[in-house]
Amino acid sequence: MELVCPAGNLPSLKAAVDNGADAVYVGFKDATNARHFAGLNFTDRTFAKAVRYAQDHGRKIYVAINTFPQPQGFVRWQAAVDQAASCAVDAVIMADIGLLDYASTRWPDLRLHLSVQASVTSAEGIRFYFENFGIQRVVLPRVLSVSQVAHVIAESPVPVEVFGFGSLCVMVEGRCLLSSYATGRSPNTYGACSPASHVRWEETSDGTNTRLNGVLIDHYGQGEKAGYPTLCKGRFQVGGHTYYALEEPTSLNTLSILPELKRIGVSAIKVEGRQRSPAYVAQVTAVMRAAIDACLLKADGYRPKDQWMRELADVSEGSQTTLGAYHRPWQ
Amino acid sequence: MKLSVGPISYFWERQRVLDFYQQAADCTAEIVYLGEVICSKRRLVKSEDWLAIGTELQQSGKQVVLSSLTLLEAASEISSLKKLCNNGLFMVEANDIAAVQLLSKAGRPFVTGPSVNVYNSRSLALLAGKGLKRWVLPVELGLDTLRDLQAERPAGVETEVFALGRLPLAYSARCYTARAHNLPKDDCRFKCLDYPDGSLLKTREGQDFLVLNGIQTQSALTHQVLEQLPELALLGVDVLRISPQYHHTMEIIEIFDAARQGAALAPLREELLGFLPLGACNGYLLEQAGMYFGPGAPHAHQQAS
Repeated sequence: MELVCPAGNLPSLKAAVDNGADAVYVGFKDATNARHFAGLNFTDRTFAKAVRYAQDHGRKIYVAINTFPQPQGFVRWQAAVDQAASCAVDAVIMADIGLLDYASTRWPDLRLHLSVQASVTSAEGIRFYFENFGIQRVVLPRVLSVSQVAHVIAESPVPVEVFGFGSLCVMVEGRCLLSSYATGRSPNTYGACSPASHVRWEETSDGTNTRLNGVLIDHYGQGEKAGYPTLCKGRFQVGGHTYYALEEPTSLNTLSILPELKRIGVSAIKVEGRQRSPAYVAQVTAVMRAAIDACLLKADGYRPKDQWMRELADVSEGSQTTLGAYHRPWQ
Repeated sequence: MKLSVGPISYFWERQRVLDFYQQAADCTAEIVYLGEVICSKRRLVKSEDWLAIGTELQQSGKQVVLSSLTLLEAASEISSLKKLCNNGLFMVEANDIAAVQLLSKAGRPFVTGPSVNVYNSRSLALLAGKGLKRWVLPVELGLDTLRDLQAERPAGVETEVFALGRLPLAYSARCYTARAHNLPKDDCRFKCLDYPDGSLLKTREGQDFLVLNGIQTQSALTHQVLEQLPELALLGVDVLRISPQYHHTMEIIEIFDAARQGAALAPLREELLGFLPLGACNGYLLEQAGMYFGPGAPHAHQQAS
């Protein structure tokens, strides 16, 4: 199982490589990728350095160009593909049908991974991208139980990558428009969910309000730690009750099911978090590396160490973790 | 422009569904989409029933399209999808790329629904080569993008716009309606039956924000494009989709029918707004946040009373 780690800048990329990532994924400094945040991602110059650092250390580098270009932007997205291809990256992670068509035609030798943003949850769906564009790997959305992932792997024409740790999207990726409903910007169109440009923190007499384009996502009482107003992780009212109606602030953590993921034939484990700090990348990469190594060495006796769980909880949303959809009762 | 009746996105009692399509047989919409698109556990209307409903609607002169499930997870859902794609009677609306794959391999013409991501001309052209006959503009795209896409639209492909309905915003493995009742999805007790227009999610200060519909999240406000009809006609849009709501769907269809025939829009608009469960929005088509309503003016968000 390959360990694929995130990097939003050069220090993070080095942290991933130095702590044992087999591959690092990055994005360019614009809306062509799904972590389009201010101060994040790679320019021409830092990108060349990133490719060199990863490949000099015998690791792979993947470039996410995984948003959905509209006609006005298509040329810019094409240029991103051209840039990745001409820097001899190990793979490009893509979602859009038109852009995959361009990449596979213009750069027939470029290795293509199907992004989670393509929202493909079945072997039939994978076959569409395999037969038309020759994708060589698929990243599955975080909506399948372990047995459903196993079924997809058994039928899939290409190896399967799944998410192993990080912030949890509770909606199927690539088809979630909650963010653009509230702000006009979505992961698909703009490469960001609940964008910082639309966030407002408001001190009130009894605590803090967090708003997204004016919409109250949550209210925190005095002494309660206010979280970032990610739209699906706020408290709302349904049927007279106020609660985390969609999901709590929590992160996905698969340490406890690594042997199962190995047994069903998962080829790569992805860590979420290109927007996070180099310290996060270092910590999560080191823990995941140790856990995967322990699991590969002896899956039978494998148990996640308490220390690993603590270290991952420390960098999790709301300091708590979940198995998400992998675990049926979560659904 | 033709009018279509979109698939029912909610879980309604069987008799209500049958009655609804009996009415739809006599309405002015030319196209009717049928089938369960949200949750495979909703089986009060079975696949044979959908075929029978479709046959009757076809005899009433409607073009019938069978809509496929949007989020595919279980192997049994893939089996049902294969049966749907091989139904032999009606064209299929693919709501997931797996359906596109099955239909194109079988050489059958198809429609792509709003949850298949067609954001640019190259995507549209590729799908046209696979047998695409009609596509629905993804709901988050606006008039500027539509204009660009229409300019390069492949021959033989019709364009449909989601013209009225609560917006389909997201799909999850988790059932939010069951969660609201502290029930696991596997033992949901079909709570969706209690919410024939979905269940309202408000912010903590009382703003009507979203609607929970099982594993789907919709907008609380109803997206409607009545005022943009002249522009959509100029852009060569072929079909306007009316997404069914529990009450007044037939009246709404007649409003859009009057509008497409050139009736004055202002009075129709007033009438239409009276038929919506809550307020209206049209921001997406205006290249703004989806919840906005009006030409550039934000939808004033309600404060707690």
